[in-house]
Amino acid sequence: MTIKEIFTTMEYGPAPESAAEALAWLVDQGSRFGHFINGEFTAPGADFDSKNPANGEVLASLTQASQADVDAAVQAARKSQGKWAALGGPGRATYLYAIARLLQKHARLFAVLETLDNGKPIRESRDIDIPLAQRHFYYHAGMAQLMEAELPEAEPLGVCGQIIPWNFPLLMLAWKIAPAIAMGNTVVLKPAEYTSLTALLFADICRQAGLPKGVVNIVTGDGAVGEMITAADVDKIAFTGSTSVGRRIREATAGSGKALTLELGGKSPYIVFDDADIDSAIEGLVDAIWFNQGQVCCAGSRLLVQEGVSDRFHAKLKARMDKLRVGNPLDKCIDVGAVVDPVQLNTIREMVAANRAGTMHQAQVEMPTEGCFFPPTLIEGLTPADPLMQEEIFGPVLVSCTFRTPAEAVELANNTRYGLAATLWTENVNLALDMAPKLAAGVVWVNGTNMFDAAAGFGGVRESGFGREGGWEGLAAYTRPKTKAKPLAKVEAFGGDGAPVDGLDRTAKLYIGGKQARPDGGYSRGIHGKSGALLGHVGLANRKDVRNAVEAAAGAKSWSKTTGHLRAQILYYISENLSARADEFSARIDAMTGRKSGKAEVEAAIQRLFSAAAWADKYDGQVHGVPIRGVALAMKEPVGVIGVLCADESPLLGLVSAMAPAIAMGNRVVLAASEPFPLAATDFYQVLETSDVPAGVVNILTGNHAELAKPLASHLNVDAVWSFSSSDVSAEIEATSAGNLKRTWVNNGTAPDWTQDQTKRFLQEATEVKNIWVPYGE
Amino acid sequence: MERQIAERSAQLPQLTEPRNPGMALDLDWVASVQANTSAIERRCATLPGRRSVKKDHQAAWLLKAISLIDLTTLAGDDTEGRVRRLCAKARQPVSPGLLRTLDMEGLTTGAVCVYHDMIPAAVQALADSGIPVAAVSTGFPAGLSPFHLRVAEIEESVRAGAEEIDIVISRRHVLTGNWQALYDEMKTFREACGEAHVKAILATGELGSLRNVARASLVCMMAGADFIKTSTGKESVNATLPVSLVMIRAIRDYFDRTGYRVGYKPAGGISKAKDALVYLSLIKDELGHRWLQPDLFRFGASSLLGDIERQLEHHVTGAYSAGHRHAMA
Repeated sequence: MTIKEIFTTMEYGPAPESAAEALAWLVDQGSRFGHFINGEFTAPGADFDSKNPANGEVLASLTQASQADVDAAVQAARKSQGKWAALGGPGRATYLYAIARLLQKHARLFAVLETLDNGKPIRESRDIDIPLAQRHFYYHAGMAQLMEAELPEAEPLGVCGQIIPWNFPLLMLAWKIAPAIAMGNTVVLKPAEYTSLTALLFADICRQAGLPKGVVNIVTGDGAVGEMITAADVDKIAFTGSTSVGRRIREATAGSGKALTLELGGKSPYIVFDDADIDSAIEGLVDAIWFNQGQVCCAGSRLLVQEGVSDRFHAKLKARMDKLRVGNPLDKCIDVGAVVDPVQLNTIREMVAANRAGTMHQAQVEMPTEGCFFPPTLIEGLTPADPLMQEEIFGPVLVSCTFRTPAEAVELANNTRYGLAATLWTENVNLALDMAPKLAAGVVWVNGTNMFDAAAGFGGVRESGFGREGGWEGLAAYTRPKTKAKPLAKVEAFGGDGAPVDGLDRTAKLYIGGKQARPDGGYSRGIHGKSGALLGHVGLANRKDVRNAVEAAAGAKSWSKTTGHLRAQILYYISENLSARADEFSARIDAMTGRKSGKAEVEAAIQRLFSAAAWADKYDGQVHGVPIRGVALAMKEPVGVIGVLCADESPLLGLVSAMAPAIAMGNRVVLAASEPFPLAATDFYQVLETSDVPAGVVNILTGNHAELAKPLASHLNVDAVWSFSSSDVSAEIEATSAGNLKRTWVNNGTAPDWTQDQTKRFLQEATEVKNIWVPYGE
Repeated sequence: MERQIAERSAQLPQLTEPRNPGMALDLDWVASVQANTSAIERRCATLPGRRSVKKDHQAAWLLKAISLIDLTTLAGDDTEGRVRRLCAKARQPVSPGLLRTLDMEGLTTGAVCVYHDMIPAAVQALADSGIPVAAVSTGFPAGLSPFHLRVAEIEESVRAGAEEIDIVISRRHVLTGNWQALYDEMKTFREACGEAHVKAILATGELGSLRNVARASLVCMMAGADFIKTSTGKESVNATLPVSLVMIRAIRDYFDRTGYRVGYKPAGGISKAKDALVYLSLIKDELGHRWLQPDLFRFGASSLLGDIERQLEHHVTGAYSAGHRHAMA
């Protein structure tokens, strides 16, 4: 075209970013890569190709890690970990800082290589992925610097296995490696097999930074390598990827004692109220679902529009879609690039083809004739019953439906198994700040979307996984308390056939929904003292009692909305009433355990209640310093319904130590009382009944932990299960929890020292951090 | 006249578009308008990274930008001599040699924009060029002279030969939410313009919020503005991308609702060729190709042309250019 013709057509024309430097780097490396183990690249095999999805060209050949490779990597990480941790925070900070600087110096090389390998537009890799990855290392250099001073009780976990996805290859690497090594861990990381190249370039950067050998190890290959890492002698697995693989990892690591964080899929709602800036909300959708071809776990893929503005909104949205530019990802004038691989492209095609509901609009734009491209797509008029409203597509496909009221918007938004992110648009600050806490999501964006920063935690609730990446809250994923637990043997109940100590028969029932209820099965068990005397009977709860207790707990959700002040008052009231009956409880404990520790235990329990009451209105969230004009509010929210298998050895203190912090934070609990010594728990009903604890907030079951563990851990309406039981149930709980990916906190056959006040640790487990991003400005 | 129109057909305003007749003031519509500042700024901040024009395309786009410039002098020390020089530059905005190489001979700027007293000199200097003369009016820049004098000023300027009148609105009507007063004022100005086209200068830097900008834009269009324009160039903040985005979204909504296309003129603060390209891509993406014509889009600028000339010479020669190689205005 001549200039004169362009003057008339005013077309954009090609604006390609050169791939020359990145391709030259690949050639310099021999176009073949081994693994990066113990500071060196291993001899490359040629097991599989890494291709450019935009044109199918082979970029390099990569090596599938063998068991021996994984072992060597883990060994290298293990060997270097002690020294790396001993280097101290400030020492580690200098390396993280050097890595950040090197990422910055080679920013364009990383960006172009990422785009070649992944297919994402160069604008995104250049302006988003790479700068955020740098930022993560800068931020965590600071965290390393501050660790000793600010986290004196924390220590590294050890060796971390990290498995990352293909949608943000370098950024996910940064999210995993930066906090891990900052806290003194060493890592074995596996990039996704489609997109390993920037991880290998990063390995080169580690060498340039002089990072001690073995601190970062990178092995390449497919899911089989991921399984090897999961099974290896590591202390932690951090995984980002699909919910189905996350579930398998949960099952595989169950009972191993390995720490686990999972960042999984989503079907994040994108809610538009009728008072929103409609044009801006539409532009936000471009960043929500057409960012990275929609291959984003937190993509705003489920559009919910208030009915009154729906027609206008959808008309404008379609017009906007038709202005998107789809094509060569290396073109600087492209909005939507290539889907990562033909396999993914097929998945998207099949899911869209299978849909019969709603009306589909695909962007009326010029599409490339070759490569893995899918047009920006909108399917409007769906209902929650349609599969595409529930299933993650992981492609540039937006589905939509309408709502009438804010309350209905919340219901629709939360009508999903997932809970990663949510976006809402309104100009009404009251509405925005009312909605944000109600949405089941780890991240909420108000009047914006897909905002990320190292200073704000990212992660989900429900089946979107657990754990946070970024911010102070993210450090919990790579540290543990220095306190050591002791091995715990099964605490056995006393048997006997002695006479009742009390002339009048006392049969304790279960405590469900604020009422004493007979066990569903109709079985009871005698509780004997050390001398064999019958102290009383307790009901044997079964799975139906678990069901009833969880239903009562779920129904008491208004407890989560009460103020910290009110919850503190109730906790103080409980301790007051317990104190009034201290002698009775003390005697009961002594009678059951045959020890003389009852008095001390009751006093400690009263103290625990006081501690929890004290924290109820003080376990504050934070306002993170994210680099926008606005705030990221890190709010601590209750986890929800928590099932607890209480400590056997400390019948009252174990129960109170778990219950008090949990309800202080607004959770509702289903407590399985000490199995051998349950009568302190059953006596406690009366304390609860006289202390204004609303029905359903605390539910107590008695019976066999081994029998109660499974129905609790598999219950899909339970959000977390903790176990301090002396029964061997940790593995089963963790494996069974995979059903809805509930949070678990199990003892793996160890016991804490209950005489030590660990309230803060409990508070951490009893809350999830939700980051609410609120940009502002008039 | 016929002959002139034919010659000017590439650039004359409103040749194919029916003129915006305005509509009754719709206060519900005005009240429903929202503008979220942070989101608007984000869109604008990412746009330059999303759109890029290179090589021949860039040259063509820069030439297009020239054809859209209202070459402007609005200084207290303007003289007829100065205005004649400006008009000569409007006729020959780029050196003949460069234009020949680019096969774009005959390119002119979109208009020349002056104060009332300079209209005769400008009209004379632009005779037979097809380049219209625009005059700022209504007590520019503050717009606080007696209302009847402001109306009379328009009529005088039209009589003196101005084909386009750039009026300033009373900012106080926006700041006090007196949309009826703004509407009435604009409607009176439009009537006073007669056949001349009227550009409504909102002085966005003085309106306090983007929402006010959006609402004032709508009210002026409802009252019959042919163009809406950001600034006088005299406010401390003049044309910005966020303000432009708000105004062109208002134009788009007005077109969707009424079927009439209203023009847009960012003025003040656009001095780099690169900025001009970003503006053009903003217009192309948000409003569409039709708005990339002089009848619907203008840059109010004085120093922008110089930078574009240097970029064009660089395009042709491959060497970076120098200001003194290009004729001054």
